[in-house]
Amino acid sequence: MEDKILLAHGSGGKLSHDLVKQNFVPLFDNAFLDKLDDSAVFEIKGRLAFTTDSYVVNPIFFPGGDIGKLAVCGTVNDLSMMGAVPKYLSIALIIEEGLLMSDLKRIIASIRKAAQEAGVKIVTGDTKVVNKGSADKLFINSAGVGVIPPGANISGSNARVGDKVILSGSIGDHGIAVISQREGLQFTSSVKSDCAPLNKLVAEMLDSGVEIRCLRDPTRGGLASTLNEFAESSRVGIRIEEESIPVHEVVQAACELLGFDPLYVANEGKLVAVVAANGAEKVVEVMRRNKYGKEAAVIGEVVSEHPGRVILKTRMGASRIVDMLVGEQLPRIC
Amino acid sequence: MKFINEFRDAELGKSLIARIRQRSTRPARLMEFCGGHTVSIARHGLRQLLPPNITMLSGPGCPVCVTANADLDKAIALAKLPDVIITTFGDMMKVPASRSSLQQVKAEGGDIRMVYSTLDALKIAQGNPSKSVVFIGVGFETTAPTVAASVLQAQQQGIDNYCVLSLHKLCPPVVKALLDSGEVKLDGLVCPGHVSAIIGSLPYEFIPRDYGIACVISGFEPLDILQCIDMLVAQIESGQPRVEIAYRRGVKPEGNKIALELMDKVFEVCDGNWRGIGVVPGSGLRLRKRYQRYDAEHNFEINPGEPVEPKGCICGDVLRAVKTPLDCKLFRRVCNPEHPIGPCMVSSEGTCAAYFQYGEVYGR
Amino acid sequence: MCLAIPAKVKSIDGVEAEVEVGGVSRKASIVLTPEAKVGDYVLLHTGYAINVIDEEEAQETLKIFQEIAEAEDRDYPTKFT
Repeated sequence: MEDKILLAHGSGGKLSHDLVKQNFVPLFDNAFLDKLDDSAVFEIKGRLAFTTDSYVVNPIFFPGGDIGKLAVCGTVNDLSMMGAVPKYLSIALIIEEGLLMSDLKRIIASIRKAAQEAGVKIVTGDTKVVNKGSADKLFINSAGVGVIPPGANISGSNARVGDKVILSGSIGDHGIAVISQREGLQFTSSVKSDCAPLNKLVAEMLDSGVEIRCLRDPTRGGLASTLNEFAESSRVGIRIEEESIPVHEVVQAACELLGFDPLYVANEGKLVAVVAANGAEKVVEVMRRNKYGKEAAVIGEVVSEHPGRVILKTRMGASRIVDMLVGEQLPRIC
Repeated sequence: MKFINEFRDAELGKSLIARIRQRSTRPARLMEFCGGHTVSIARHGLRQLLPPNITMLSGPGCPVCVTANADLDKAIALAKLPDVIITTFGDMMKVPASRSSLQQVKAEGGDIRMVYSTLDALKIAQGNPSKSVVFIGVGFETTAPTVAASVLQAQQQGIDNYCVLSLHKLCPPVVKALLDSGEVKLDGLVCPGHVSAIIGSLPYEFIPRDYGIACVISGFEPLDILQCIDMLVAQIESGQPRVEIAYRRGVKPEGNKIALELMDKVFEVCDGNWRGIGVVPGSGLRLRKRYQRYDAEHNFEINPGEPVEPKGCICGDVLRAVKTPLDCKLFRRVCNPEHPIGPCMVSSEGTCAAYFQYGEVYGR
Repeated sequence: MCLAIPAKVKSIDGVEAEVEVGGVSRKASIVLTPEAKVGDYVLLHTGYAINVIDEEEAQETLKIFQEIAEAEDRDYPTKFT
């Protein structure tokens, strides 16, 4: 009989305490957590970025990652998209009674590995266990704080006419990796989630000296929704070229099979940047030297026409609107 | 991807477009019957590239869109029964019926599962012997044979808790009904490629013969559609309408005999209830008596209630190509993919969804 | 009702085949196309192969497109788009 998480593990008593002390503290290994005080206490100077996100992905394990890795990378990336250097994260777990202890350990190990790669410390956490049926195996909330270097001014409303739009790599990998595991849609492929921490990539981009106006990671809603957000916030038009958007063949194939449009599929290890035109080439060069920016490319530009709208030039040479994702993409058969 | 990428070549596309522009002198009103064509045309922006004398109209070839509320209500009623698992293609989940939708019933606790294939539905039936698994059979002649095959497999493998709610429809009869109504004047028809893979080219012969309308069976990639339009233009310019197959790699004149046999073995033709068009004789499929144990309408007493049509929704007119989504007062203002009023917006192949998604630039 | 995608048959076991498109593999039923052989391309629709693609016709069609492109280049050096 495999070890399972019981309600008692979340009740604050000995079982709870042991779970944290034996499984979480040694893995996260830092002075803040070792104290096991009610709060982590630290001093930070500078302009702070503060974010939170909850992770409810199903299934919790998928090719290329799991909910733990996602919880760290997602929050690290939210901070990075403001130009902030991420420093401290919190991890709060809501565990469904009956989750295998081995699964939980695997996820904690993932969290640790991701935090190490990103160079952030998990300084505080919480564990709750709820009755079977009250949560879908595991939910994680992660909050993070980071320091924005002086001079960085990044916002979705900063795009200017003439700027170039850069994408850090292929789109659609994460969404397809996750959906390939769902019941009823089983297909096998080599698609792995692109889940990755992008803080070092962003730091290198900022170091290039080129003016970075906007940054965002195209998660839910995909590239299309992110570009629409920029167009709306900055009140500009954006034109992109279908031919220049990197999509791995296997992701394209899965999208064809399911009737999805890669422009709307979630990514967890990519970013979209809007940068001053004269620096675009340099930024792309810098990005390509980083392992998470190898396929970086200029995919379009900011224009004065059709403010608030994103227009795609299709492979066939025609132009069409790329709207925000409304509702969900349901795999179609028609 | 083989047989896909080659048919999206931009350079070859430009030549086809140039040829169409050069050869097309007369006004040509072309209808793309099939939802898959509507989407492909919109996604690649093909309308924009055609000369102004060619008008593209979207037809009723979206099986989700043409499912009448009265039929959808049957699916909803089944979904509310105890110990029933509904299995359905994704598109059907959000379609608003008279009072509810499958998605809503799911949120209220109904066991409704999205599947990619009837094969998945059969597996679910095998895995849940104490429940009845109902497959909502929507689709034209492309899908009906696969559903027929699933019924035969259920019979062979003794999967007695599997049954089908047949809402299947046939294409040629509804084309005839549309043309007979005289509401829409057409010069050419872009015939559905995969329906034709099953039924072949012969069932369309009546269209040029009795109505003088050009017919070309088209594939779905941009080059396929452009080639089809080029061939339609040639027929229209020469005044010699006939049935031609552009999609030669996918369609044989005789179709798929085995698929047709399976379809005929399990289904018989009946009247079909088309949203916006009404009842079209001989345009539907129902299970034959000898397979009645796999027929949801036989196994269950279904009380769908009176059908209610949404106020202001002109999906019916859009499906008959007498109006475009731009003529609809609800389009965009009230009706959008997140809150669809009618099926033309819900279905990813619906005309309204295509207009919404890819922009009105191509509406003409 | 049209979403069918060309997929290559990798292996066959009775009426079940393993098909692949662009690196994505799925099981498919060939009960509607029992003549399909390993190496053939089939049109995959909701988990069933509904037709075997005629590769010769595919090549013919592409050849026609090439010929049109060459004729256009020859006769109409100014492109319209």
